[in-house]
Amino acid sequence: MLPTNTHLLYPEFDYFAPLTIYEATELLAQYGEDARIMAGGTDLLVQMKMERQQPSYIISLARISALGGIKRLEHGGLEIGPTTTIRALYQYLTSSLQLPISNFQSPTSNLQSLQEACNWFSTIQIMHMATIGGNLCNASPAADSAPPLLAFDAQVTLKSKTSERTLPLTEFFIAPGKSIARPDELLTHIYLPASLPDTGSAFIKIARVTADISQVCAAVRITREGNCAQDARIALGSVAPTPMRATVAERDLIGQTFSLELAEHIGKQAAQEIKPISDVRATREYRQHIAAVIVRDALLRAWERTQ
Amino acid sequence: MQRKTIHLTLNGEPREWSVYPNELLLNVLREQEFLTGAKYGCGIGECGACTVHLNGAPMLSCLTLAIACDGADILTIEGLARDGKLDAVQEAFLEHSAFQCGFCTPDMIMMTRALLNENPQPSEAQVRDYLRGNLCRCTGYASILRAALDAAAVLNVRRNIHAAEERADA
Repeated sequence: MLPTNTHLLYPEFDYFAPLTIYEATELLAQYGEDARIMAGGTDLLVQMKMERQQPSYIISLARISALGGIKRLEHGGLEIGPTTTIRALYQYLTSSLQLPISNFQSPTSNLQSLQEACNWFSTIQIMHMATIGGNLCNASPAADSAPPLLAFDAQVTLKSKTSERTLPLTEFFIAPGKSIARPDELLTHIYLPASLPDTGSAFIKIARVTADISQVCAAVRITREGNCAQDARIALGSVAPTPMRATVAERDLIGQTFSLELAEHIGKQAAQEIKPISDVRATREYRQHIAAVIVRDALLRAWERTQ
Repeated sequence: MQRKTIHLTLNGEPREWSVYPNELLLNVLREQEFLTGAKYGCGIGECGACTVHLNGAPMLSCLTLAIACDGADILTIEGLARDGKLDAVQEAFLEHSAFQCGFCTPDMIMMTRALLNENPQPSEAQVRDYLRGNLCRCTGYASILRAALDAAAVLNVRRNIHAAEERADA
C-alpha cells in the first residue's frame, strides 16, 4: 500500500454489523463500555480521528432493518426509527407537508419545525449519512433535531438484552455528550404523540455559516384556541449543557391572548432561563440576546401556521 | 484486528476487497484502486472533497468505513464518463472553466450530478443549497454555479429531444 496522508483513522478496533436488535443488545451486554454504537458514523469517526474516543469494538446499526423507517401510528402519532437518516426524514416530512389543506389534521402537518431542523442540518452529504438516533445519542447541546423533538413531547425507547424502558426525551439528556442510556442500552424507537388540531411549529437556527452547528437554535409549538395559546412548548439548543425547554416561558404563554408584545415578553423570559457559555462560536452575551429574538420570531411564525 | 473480505460494485465493475476495520473508503479508493479523484481535504466532514456516490447518494468517503461497504454500489468521478463520453456535468464544467486548481472539481461534479439526479431543474438557490458542503478556495463559486445550471439546461434539452424522437418512432 502506498503511504499517503489519507489514512487518519489510527485506532484499531473490531467491527460488528449485527442484523437484529437482539444481536446488537447481546454484543452490547458482552462489550459494554469498550464498545461504541455506530449509526451514520459522522460524529463517532470524527471523534476517533481526533483521539477523543478509542473504542475497542464498533457495533454498526446499518444492517438492522428493524431500526429504520418511519411509521404513522393508528392513534395518529409518528414512530421514527433511530437509523432514519436526516435526509430521509426531511424528504418524508417535506412530502407530508405538501398535503392539500383538507389533510391539515394529518399527523405530520404540524411538524414543520422538525422539517426545518432537518433542512438546516449541516451539509447534504452529512444529511445522507447522519441519523436522527445518532443525533440524539451523541447528546450534543447543539443537536439540531433535539429542540423540535422536545417541543413535540417526544419519547424514546431504550433496550438492553434484559430490559426495556420508554421515557420522555426531556429526561434523556444529562450533560454535554452524555445521555441517560447505559452502555448496554440501544435506542430503538422515537415516538411523537398525535398532534392536536390547530397546532403550528417553527424552528430557527443561527449559525456562522449554514453548514455549521448552531450558535443558538430554538423550536416552538403552539396550539391555538381562538386568540389564545391553549398549549405551547419552547425548546432551545446550544444555550445550556443539554438541549432544554424554557418551562417558565411556556407557563407564561399558555392561556394568554397571543400578540406581538406577548411573543416579545416570552422571548425575553426564555432568554432568562438559558445558561449559555462563551466559546469559539459565540459569546454568552450574544447567545442571551439572540435567544430572545429567535424565540419571539419562532413564536410569531408558529402562530401564523396555526391558522 | 482482522481483515475481512467484502464484495461490492465500483464504477459498474464487481470488486472483492480485503479490508481492516479501520480502513476508510477513501483510503481504499486512492491507495488500492488508484482512483485519486476523491480527495483527502479536512478529514472531518467540512470540505466535501472526498464525496462519492454510495448506493446513489452523495456521501463522504473519508467518514465511511470501507468494511461497511459490503454489498454497496459505489460511483466515483472516474466512473462518470460512459463509453468514452464525458457526462453532461463534466462537459459543463469544462465549458465554463469551473475550476482553477482542480482540487475540488471531482467533488463539485459528483455533487452536481447527485443534485440533477434528484432534481433535474434546480433553481440557482437550490444549487447553492445543495453544494453548501463543498468548499472551493479559488473560483469564488460563480463559474461552478453557472456550470451546474447549464448542465441542467443541456440535460433538459436532451431529454426533450429524446422524448420527441421516441414519439416520432411510435
